[in-house]
Amino acid sequence: MVSTTPIHIDALAAERPQPGTREVVFDIRDLTVSYEGNPAIRSVTFEAYRNFVTAIIGPSGCGKSTFIRCLNRMNDLIPGAVVEGTVLYRGEDLYGKDVDPVEVRRRIGMVFQKPNPFPKSIHDNVAFGPRVLGMTKDLDARVERALKQAALWDEVKDRLKKSALSLSGGQQQRLCIARCLAVEPDVLLMDEPASALDPIATTRIEDLMHGLKKDYSIVIVTHNMQQAARVADMTAFFSIEQGEEGHRAGILVEYDVTSKIFTQPSDKRTEDYVTGRFG
Amino acid sequence: MKGRRRDIRGAIFRLVLLASLAVAFITLGTLLFDVAGKGFKFLDPRFFTSPPSLDPQEAGARPAILATLYLGLLLLVMTVPLGVGTAIYLEEYADKKRWYNRLLEVNIQNLAAVPSIVYGILGLAFIVRGIGLDRVVLAGALILTLLVLPTVIIAAREAIRAVPDSIRQAAYALGATRWQVVSRQVLPAAIPGIATGSILALSRGIGETAPLIMVGALTYVAFDPSLLGPFTALPVLIYQWTSFPQDDFRALAATAIIVLLAMLMTLNALAIWLRNRYQRRW
Repeated sequence: MVSTTPIHIDALAAERPQPGTREVVFDIRDLTVSYEGNPAIRSVTFEAYRNFVTAIIGPSGCGKSTFIRCLNRMNDLIPGAVVEGTVLYRGEDLYGKDVDPVEVRRRIGMVFQKPNPFPKSIHDNVAFGPRVLGMTKDLDARVERALKQAALWDEVKDRLKKSALSLSGGQQQRLCIARCLAVEPDVLLMDEPASALDPIATTRIEDLMHGLKKDYSIVIVTHNMQQAARVADMTAFFSIEQGEEGHRAGILVEYDVTSKIFTQPSDKRTEDYVTGRFG
Repeated sequence: MKGRRRDIRGAIFRLVLLASLAVAFITLGTLLFDVAGKGFKFLDPRFFTSPPSLDPQEAGARPAILATLYLGLLLLVMTVPLGVGTAIYLEEYADKKRWYNRLLEVNIQNLAAVPSIVYGILGLAFIVRGIGLDRVVLAGALILTLLVLPTVIIAAREAIRAVPDSIRQAAYALGATRWQVVSRQVLPAAIPGIATGSILALSRGIGETAPLIMVGALTYVAFDPSLLGPFTALPVLIYQWTSFPQDDFRALAATAIIVLLAMLMTLNALAIWLRNRYQRRW
């Protein structure tokens, strides 16, 4: 079972993470993404570390979702999306010539903003990934393990054959997390995973993330600053900026240890945002 | 606050709606009433076991009923895979920016609006004469296939499009290939809609008369039809019987209409049942 200890910002600040000593999971260099020629994010450069929760915050339209979708090549599915720059995942270029996006997504799982369970049973939702990837040995044990990791097992163990759509929103989202974990990914990407949930369900997801980062590296997009402060080790603040050609695009303003972003940001724009003067 | 604000436009609109409903119901009711009154006289087992005859007391519709069933079955077997395949290509694989895909789309919409007699002429020229299939059940089924294919494609596309994109995204994000996403998520979710659309298209197909007349179904057949044998279908037989001068043949036509209507309504009921049974809320 995962721990459900409540997390305090002060505690985080006390044991300030040491990014320099960590293994790099994503090394993002000069990443620019445009849709139909309109840039969505421009020249984003930073590193995300192993077994850290890295939060992406920023106002609406600053390209947070666009950015996170580059990390498992989900942008490939959008016609007209062009990705420039490099994304190194454990040293390997995700957009390299021989890289199979399907293999990328197998290792880098994703949880979406709105819970999106398949219209199938709870068991089949979790079993879908393993089945698709041919990991069908001991499937039931694998499903159970994933549901336990997502702290959902006790609630659903008696009704695994029931439709996933009968679950509450918070349970559906944890099911989606379990579904990701079932294929044993290396990284979990979460695109505003709690924005459609009530505060109690949100807390459960946040607690879950704390337990999960022992085994996984997590990148989370959130519009909720308190959430970033509660869950993230490192925080990247994105904002929108007018480019030279007049296009508005998202840029990375500041990236640092979470407690520093929220207490002593070095950029004025970050300060304005986290203190609520903008966005 | 007091009194009632009178919503006159609303009341008129309601009346117009009721009137349109009444037109449809009265038409159908009159037809059923008229047909039932005339046709019940001949609605007995003999009607289903005997071939047509020049003596109304001896005449039945067995070959035509069988041919219509064969046509329906062949139609289903041929249109569903072709229609669903095309729909999957257009919805899941085709790059909509390519001119040929757009051309394809527009033409399918147009084909759905082509009068059925044109398909009959096409069938006569290319299927009966062109590939020399002759005036057989298979030729009739092929023409009906061409006729209802656009409808099936459009219905299947609607059903596929109704599957929320979030389902595809979720499957892709788990490392599924496009084939796996389509075959394990999109298609199963779209099947109720595809089935409903296909059955409705099928019932349109087996009610068709004109294209079958063009390929020679307007003929006297006294034996059970075979795939590569001459045939006459139920709607064609109705057309034939109504052109006879004797009143008894008109009554026989009414009986055949009852049988055809019963077949169509069974199919439509099946479609409605399927839709309700497998309807999904996302």
